Amino acid sequence: MTIHGLLSIIAGLLLAPLLQGIVNRTKAVFAGRRGAPLLQQYRDIARLLRKGAVFSGTTTWIFRLAPSITLACVLVALVVLAPAPVEQGWGFAGDALLLAYALGLARFLTVAAALDTGSSFEGMGASREVFYSALAEPALLVGIAVLARVSGGTSLASILQGAGVAGWVSAGTALALVGVSFFVVLLAENSRVPFDDPNTHLELTMVHEVMVLDSSGPDFALVTYGASLKLWVFSVLFASLAVSPLGLSGFALLGALTAAVLFTGVIVGTVESTMARSSLARAPLLLAGACALSILAFILASRFLS
Amino acid sequence: MIPALLALSILTFAASAPVLAMLRRNPRAASRLGPATAVAGCIPGIVAAILTLAGAGPASATASWSVPSGGLSIGMDALSALFAIPVLIVSALAAIYSRGYLRHAESEGRSTAPFWAWYDLLAGGMLLVTVARNALLFLLGWEVMALASFLLVMFDAHDPRVRRAGWIYLVATHIGTACILGLFAILGHAGSLEFDRLALPAAFPAGIAFVLAFVGFGTKAGFVPLHVWLPEAHPAAPSGVSAVMSGVMIKTGIYGLLRFLMILGTPPAWWGWVLLAAGVTSGVVGVLSALAQHDLKRLLAYHSVENIGIIAIGLGLGLLGISLGIPAMAFLGFAGGLLHVVNHAVFKSLLFMGAGSVLERTGTRDIDHLGGLSKRMPATSLCFMTGSMAICGLPPFNGFLSELLIYLAAFAGLSATAARVPAGSTAGLLATGGLALIGGLALACFTKAFGTVFLGEPRTPHAAGAREVDASMRTPMIILAAACLCIGLAGPAAAPVIGPVVDSVLAGFGCTVSTGTAHDALGALSAASVASAAILLLAASVFAARSAILRNRRTSTAPTWGCGFASPAPSMQYTASSFADPIVGLFGAIVRRRRRFEEPAGLFPASTEFSTDTPDVYQEKLYKPVFSAFERAFSGFRVIQHGRLNLYVLYIAAALFALLLWKL
Amino acid sequence: MTAMLDTVLVALILSNFVLLGSSRLSSCIRTAALQGIMAGLLPLATAGAGLSLRIVALGLAVVALKGFVFPHLLNRALRESATSREVQPFVGYTPSLLAGLLALAASFWLDGRLALPTHSASSILVPVSFSLMFTGIFLLVARRTAVNQVLGYIVLENGIYAFSLAVVRDIPFLVELGVLMDMFVAVFVMGIAIYRINSEFDHIDSDRLSTLKG
Repeated sequence: MTIHGLLSIIAGLLLAPLLQGIVNRTKAVFAGRRGAPLLQQYRDIARLLRKGAVFSGTTTWIFRLAPSITLACVLVALVVLAPAPVEQGWGFAGDALLLAYALGLARFLTVAAALDTGSSFEGMGASREVFYSALAEPALLVGIAVLARVSGGTSLASILQGAGVAGWVSAGTALALVGVSFFVVLLAENSRVPFDDPNTHLELTMVHEVMVLDSSGPDFALVTYGASLKLWVFSVLFASLAVSPLGLSGFALLGALTAAVLFTGVIVGTVESTMARSSLARAPLLLAGACALSILAFILASRFLS
Repeated sequence: MIPALLALSILTFAASAPVLAMLRRNPRAASRLGPATAVAGCIPGIVAAILTLAGAGPASATASWSVPSGGLSIGMDALSALFAIPVLIVSALAAIYSRGYLRHAESEGRSTAPFWAWYDLLAGGMLLVTVARNALLFLLGWEVMALASFLLVMFDAHDPRVRRAGWIYLVATHIGTACILGLFAILGHAGSLEFDRLALPAAFPAGIAFVLAFVGFGTKAGFVPLHVWLPEAHPAAPSGVSAVMSGVMIKTGIYGLLRFLMILGTPPAWWGWVLLAAGVTSGVVGVLSALAQHDLKRLLAYHSVENIGIIAIGLGLGLLGISLGIPAMAFLGFAGGLLHVVNHAVFKSLLFMGAGSVLERTGTRDIDHLGGLSKRMPATSLCFMTGSMAICGLPPFNGFLSELLIYLAAFAGLSATAARVPAGSTAGLLATGGLALIGGLALACFTKAFGTVFLGEPRTPHAAGAREVDASMRTPMIILAAACLCIGLAGPAAAPVIGPVVDSVLAGFGCTVSTGTAHDALGALSAASVASAAILLLAASVFAARSAILRNRRTSTAPTWGCGFASPAPSMQYTASSFADPIVGLFGAIVRRRRRFEEPAGLFPASTEFSTDTPDVYQEKLYKPVFSAFERAFSGFRVIQHGRLNLYVLYIAAALFALLLWKL
Repeated sequence: MTAMLDTVLVALILSNFVLLGSSRLSSCIRTAALQGIMAGLLPLATAGAGLSLRIVALGLAVVALKGFVFPHLLNRALRESATSREVQPFVGYTPSLLAGLLALAASFWLDGRLALPTHSASSILVPVSFSLMFTGIFLLVARRTAVNQVLGYIVLENGIYAFSLAVVRDIPFLVELGVLMDMFVAVFVMGIAIYRINSEFDHIDSDRLSTLKG
């Protein structure tokens, strides 16, 4: 592994909580507030790590084990994806599936841990989580299939690097549509507005936050860090597509990518400040729209390339 | 050597069945001898299959049989071995499991001797199907398998629902057999029914033979809309039998389809499209129907439809790869489909055994009446969880490897630089989108099933009083769960096993793939296994670190946060029906759920009822009207069906006379 | 030029999706207006070097009519009829979207099968025009309110317009004008019909017209 790949992983590990801070700061600016410090999430995690823990009497070993496995899955997803845009020959054929399914394992365990508490609210959140992600999965994978079609590669590295300047020239509109689709998937998978409002403290309305109501102490620190990393992972996917037409390489690419990831946080914050959370009945339509965009992108890419 | 082992295996099953049937008066001996003969019968077959896969090469032997155009030809090649191994291993494990499972029936004074007799015949029939090299022998195995499984489904025939399920199964399986008979009649036009002599008559449209094979074998496999017997018969059977039927018996349909497609020659593209479309449809309809169920075993049966769909997607991509000239897609599609055959056998039988254990200990299959079993049945719970994650295709378990291969086949169709055929990329898109949707919905379904049954608080006294099952039921589940993990981590070892099988299938279709592409593609399996191991190691180290931190901290136990509600009760937990409701509602066009709801009346309503059920759309809208029409048409014949024996004798005599006159 | 044209064409498809998926009549009218403006701009983009005053004038006329006059009429009808502002579909929004996707796939497939003379400026002009026609027909069939049926008709007409652009290189002015007149009359009649229906029955639900029959 070259220094670029290594740095991209380290950047993810270190800066992921900052991305959350940027989202929150953007929202604060829109609302005219000063907002929490950019580094608030680091403090939260450190504080949680210093605490003891309270476990529900209903829970079993699944509840105790789930945050650790979830974090491990997201870490593997980060290691698979983060170096892919900057490091040649990284990964293996079909590693995009590993990315999707490792996150699937993380989801399985988060949902199982939520159901383990026997709380009806957490069950409700779990139900919505699997609902949204079941619809987000085709949008994501068909989007990746479009990139594979354009670049002719099968590993994430060849897919993301291959869809460079040449890809944008020949099938730019298709790639742009995939970008939009990826962004919708990012919002859905990370429980952001319009799919979920992480700010509300009414349990009935939430998706991800409500599933971890009973987590506390170091386990909750793992959950929080894992959620930040997951946002980072999806932002890298979106940002690497966004910077690919620039045709950069080496450190310039790494720098541009990291900046783009952090700027994704600003976009997410802007979306969250200017949009309302959509009703539960509308959310699947949005995801179906994302799937439609991915498929449209595929049809266009096939036409432009032939 | 290998044919001798196979003959030994089949003869053991065949000989022990009548012996067991005679032990009706001696249930204790039957319950010991039954599983023992089943396991003993499986072992030589397993040895033969492993020897074949280890490089012994195909072998066959023929003995004469006094039946016209019949011949006792058996043989084993890589494809047979790949199907025979799961068939025999699952049969052996399910036999051990059934020994514990049937104790309940024995304590009620019912004899299990007939069960074991049919069970041995079922195992023998399935083995015969995979190793037969003569169409008549194949049919014999096929019918023995169908009838034995029918009688096993009818084990609890005192229940009218079981009887209904059994009859639906019997009718469905014979519609399939009728098509297979037609296929054999076409292929055996030259007089010989030996497999290597079977061929299409010159200038006969191959499409008709394909349709016959697709319907005949597809009925057994359970492609939508030929699946309707599956969610009826599998839940009705005793759980060990459900494990065998759902885990391996339906795979004989896949085996037969593949075996006879190879005889039909080079496939045109539309065969591949039919299989791919059937796969995507079966997958999506199967998983959505499963989501809407709250009978645990019915849910699992619908998941068999889904997984057969995934296998069909793989095989469809394989056929398309051959006809479109994309060798990588052909290789990976068959590899993924065949590996999924093995994997599905492992985790589906595991899940049915888990469901059976729950049923045995709680007396109910209704998910919404269960809950909190992970504290009461820890081993079953862990095994069921493993199976759930494996069937969702999640790493580090075996399902991931086969789904990865099928996705890679789809990607090969998308991005084959040498052959950028639009058809290939359309197929790739269809498979990718379909698999992604199926995967996401399967995850929803199994978090629902596992979470509601095993997690939270028990919803009824049945669930609260459950205990762990005994060792004879636990051990098979633990072995299968371990197999899920081991196959998942054994990616590097899977390549040399699955590679030659796929090569032989491709050779059967007259297509060769350079070993280079194959090895590149299977390299992904190794990488996936490494990544799976990395997940496990990372999780273990994170957990160790977290436990080390918590060791010096104060941890306490409290009730679950009820959001301020003072007295939460177990019945307030989210139910499985509510959990699945948003998805089932969204896909209302595919799964029709019926609600029954009594509005609460008055100011202080005493009690009210709400229930949902989801009948099979195809059964309701497609088969019921057709069969009712048949019933109406044939009800005229009731005139001659009156129960007077002397008149029946007259019918026979009249028929004989009529024949005689016709021949004169 | 090609990139811009492709972008406009993709935007036309996206506006189809929005029409299929949105639940408010007013936003449907707005989207249809936007689609009309994009369709009007198409001849300017396809003409390339042969841009003439006539083409510009025709384009501007289409933009004015479809982008501003029709929406205004429809909005007024909507306002005066005081009915529900919801679309009230026969087919749900997500299935409609799926149908739109299928129509799109079918259009591309059909384009491949028909082997029509493709336009040099863009390879997706013909399939996009098919997809506009299919979506228009779908909206006509699957929506309940009369306003939405007018919108479906407009989308259908946009498709025919785009198709004629693709196939007939030199815009037959008379045909164009004829089509536009058709349109205008259609909207006019529908507007009156809506008004009438409103004054007689208090709603613009054409589904309930069937109760008139004996």
